[in-house]
Amino acid sequence: MPVREGGGSYPGDGVKRMADVNLTVDGKKLTAPAGTLLIEACKSVGIEVPSFCYYPGLSLQGACRMCVVKIEKMPKLQTACTTVVTEGMVVATDNDEVRQARKAMVELLLGNHPLDCPVCDAGGECELQDMTFSYGASESKFMEAKNHREEQQWSPVVYFDRPRCILCYRCVRVCGEGMDVWALGVQNRGVSSIIAPNQDDHLECEECGMCIDICPVGALTSGAYRYKTRPWEMNHVGTVCTHCGDGCKTTLGVRRCDTGMEIVRGDNRDKSGINNDFLCIKGRYAFDFAHSEERIMQPLIRKSGKLMPSTWEEAFELIGKRFAEVRDKDGGLAIGVVGSTRTTNEENYLLSKFARVVLKTNNVDHHRTADFPALAAALHSKPGQTASMRDVLTAPAILLIGNDPTNQHPLLAWQIRTNVRLRRAKLYVINSAPIKLQKQAAGFGLLPAGAEAKAVAFLGGDDSQLDSLVSDGTTREAWTALRDKIRAEQNLVIAFGSELRAQDIQTLVSVSSSLSGAKLICLGDYANSRGAADMGLYPDLLPGYQPVSEGGRFQQDWGALPAEKGLSLPEMVDAAKAGKLKALYVVGSNPIGRLGIDPFTFSKSLVVVQDMFLTETATIADVVLPAANSYEKSGTFTNTCGDLQLVKKAGEVTGTKPDFEMIVRIADAMGFDVRSLVPFGGGTHADMGQTRGAQSGEADRHAVWLEAHNLEPKMTPFDPMAILDEIQRVVAGYDVSRTNLLAGADQHIEIAHCGVGASHKPELIVPANDDLFSSGTLGRYSHTLNSVYENKPAESEIAAD
Amino acid sequence: MKFSQEFEQRFADMLTHYPTKRSALVPTLLYAQDEAGALTDEVIVELAQRLDLTELEVRNVISYYSMLTTKPRGKYNVQVCTNIACMLRGGEELLNHCQKKLGIGHKGTTQDGLFSLEEVECIGACSWAPAVQVNYDFHENLTVDKMDQVLDEYKKKGTM
Ligand code: SF4
Ligand code: SF4
Ligand code: SF4
Ligand code: FES
Ligand code: FES
Repeated sequence: MPVREGGGSYPGDGVKRMADVNLTVDGKKLTAPAGTLLIEACKSVGIEVPSFCYYPGLSLQGACRMCVVKIEKMPKLQTACTTVVTEGMVVATDNDEVRQARKAMVELLLGNHPLDCPVCDAGGECELQDMTFSYGASESKFMEAKNHREEQQWSPVVYFDRPRCILCYRCVRVCGEGMDVWALGVQNRGVSSIIAPNQDDHLECEECGMCIDICPVGALTSGAYRYKTRPWEMNHVGTVCTHCGDGCKTTLGVRRCDTGMEIVRGDNRDKSGINNDFLCIKGRYAFDFAHSEERIMQPLIRKSGKLMPSTWEEAFELIGKRFAEVRDKDGGLAIGVVGSTRTTNEENYLLSKFARVVLKTNNVDHHRTADFPALAAALHSKPGQTASMRDVLTAPAILLIGNDPTNQHPLLAWQIRTNVRLRRAKLYVINSAPIKLQKQAAGFGLLPAGAEAKAVAFLGGDDSQLDSLVSDGTTREAWTALRDKIRAEQNLVIAFGSELRAQDIQTLVSVSSSLSGAKLICLGDYANSRGAADMGLYPDLLPGYQPVSEGGRFQQDWGALPAEKGLSLPEMVDAAKAGKLKALYVVGSNPIGRLGIDPFTFSKSLVVVQDMFLTETATIADVVLPAANSYEKSGTFTNTCGDLQLVKKAGEVTGTKPDFEMIVRIADAMGFDVRSLVPFGGGTHADMGQTRGAQSGEADRHAVWLEAHNLEPKMTPFDPMAILDEIQRVVAGYDVSRTNLLAGADQHIEIAHCGVGASHKPELIVPANDDLFSSGTLGRYSHTLNSVYENKPAESEIAAD
Repeated sequence: MKFSQEFEQRFADMLTHYPTKRSALVPTLLYAQDEAGALTDEVIVELAQRLDLTELEVRNVISYYSMLTTKPRGKYNVQVCTNIACMLRGGEELLNHCQKKLGIGHKGTTQDGLFSLEEVECIGACSWAPAVQVNYDFHENLTVDKMDQVLDEYKKKGTM
């Protein structure tokens, strides 16, 4: 079936640049590299050749014949999606003959199409609708009865309406070639061909929904979205996925509802992010936690032993008073702060600053899933040695040590597969288990469990490690051969999991520095794990991996800071047991559920928790503040590679507030001058509507207008952009182009420019061990993740973050 | 799943004929069907595993070819061509006749398991139309009477 890989399909594609050829299309002269498909050459000069079955990056199908064009000296019309440009070719893409042929194709497709556009999910963004409008096949010569079949549910997220299918086979190819799942197939032949799932009447697969998104019509529809709304009834907001650390761009479709703005759809059809059109099940469907019945929508205060609904004012007043009391009586050492791996950089920075400046404590930590401080230490002042997520798509070779990206970093796995498939990149895998990506690997080293660090030492030339690496799967000779191959690679991207920590990372950096052009990716588990680390949610590190003992710049900017390093999370637990931790402030984290801490540990401390749900940690709190999640706020996230991206507010749930605002209001309630916490008001002077008269009164319209003009108001202390200013000014490495960031582009952070980092105890890192169908504590509140068949209860996950 | 020695030899030989394993699928399916009577779930699992394919892929191919079947057929599979040449020379009458005589329709099987019937597209015997294929044997230039003889012979052979 596959004839040849679609060439020229990704930006910057083409392993070898070939000579250019000249051709004429519709009278326009153009030049394209030899080997380019005619359809792509036309696209490059803005001539659209219609297509159904052709999809950039997937194998060629030549099934739909919508792309036919007239090529001089060729007797019949030719398919532009399978024809390669040749020197002197003269092409007509839009003459009468071509239009007639396309009209006939549409007519044929409509011959057995239900034409239920008024109720079809795809209505309004359907490629068949568009073609019918363009070529006007509204009359039909066909008399045959339509072949009807009721819609089928193949999984909680995938539905199939067979009569709407136009047999373009995009779904089959994206699932097979793209996802390497091969769960969809074609049964029968000719007019009776049908798309079939792998388990007879249902699917067992990765439930990514790629097949649904790629379907040009409404044949495959999404369990989350079907029959809910129409495309033009939603607002579409491009933001960043809140689940794993890869940072996929996701466009959320939102609509007004009783409790604010409801998220009804997630996709990335505009291919605007680092993930092109990829999303895994979590990014595409697991936004539903936001509308979980269990969401807290009112502040809760413990009264006579029970958490009782209260007001924001009462809650802030209480917290402000008690925090100030503890600080003034027992000192900052008696307060612990636990930050989040899912709040924005601005919130993490603010929390870090709030802890040091307002609470006067360095007892700051978060759920660590990767040793970023060790990476910062090893790469200090050695720029150019970290890879972005985009690099993984173009690198000539990739080395993966530990981790299972298919489950833990789905986008990374997609980038690797795509690169191997379209550019023949070489993948080397070193793992203690046979992971799925092994199928793409040019070399695989199977290790005994826990020997990853030894493998790194071996790669660095330490042959004494060889004996401890040998396993049933990989012999001594195989290890040596693998090392030779890896050492011969240029511009290698090395991605490593949390198996490597502390000193191991130092060793790895010395290995990678000896290879020409090698770049590293340190794999952390949550959406903003990297941001939490970069923004200094550590007892010994300030933002930018600046040791607390050398406050430096921060001393000037923030004022006096505690210089002694504070307590790590396990140390806070010990302090609480010893009765020395009088207050604990937990922002968007669930350490009790996560680390199996005895819930009674903190019974003598004042516990304040900001969260969406009554987690194990929130249940023992004295005050619980209902938090907005990252889909409901603005700011930035840094993915695990260090790619900084803009997070935009899409959904809204009445009764919740962003953590940013809550931190500021607690500071205010403690009597702190919030102006020295958030530098607002001094920024851009913006037009707040004065010049546009009476019509423009509405506040959010101002925001829309300002955003459209790349202006940021920063008029209130709750504006995260004011903190982003400060981050860009004081956190080394974050001084990237603000304009590019605002325009929606990802900006790679150079960790080498950061502070000197630190060396931490390896056991402080606790991997999340999430798979495709779990996402820490958050995942427990996603109905979709819990409903798919593949999420078997046997593998019950440990609650995390 | 166990196949005969002969099948195993053929299979091993076939693998050497193609650059990729999957290419051996169609002939393998035919041999397996001849041996097992039909491409049962068990056969599908086995062949998918041997050729590094998913079961779905194997099923897709089976569904494409009308000569492949997942349900057991009669001992003699009577395939009557009704494509143009045969139709013009009486193929449809032959089909009607077979239906009446055997008491079964298209894709049916007689109760004694001896015959099954299929209406098929051109079997490449147009020059001798109308033509009927029974298992791998061709019967050409048929009339209703000749068809009776053919069926009777098979019946005799099958009940001996
Ligand atoms: S949801 Fe993903 S894995 Fe499942 S059939 Fe569709 S493309 Fe394949
Ligand atoms: S289901 Fe959609 S993507 Fe798949 S073949 Fe049919 S029309 Fe194409
Ligand atoms: S790969 Fe990660 S970032 Fe991308 S959609 Fe999935 S969970 Fe979200
Ligand atoms: S797009 Fe060219 S044949 Fe379908
Ligand atoms: S038409 Fe019957 S054999 Fe060709």
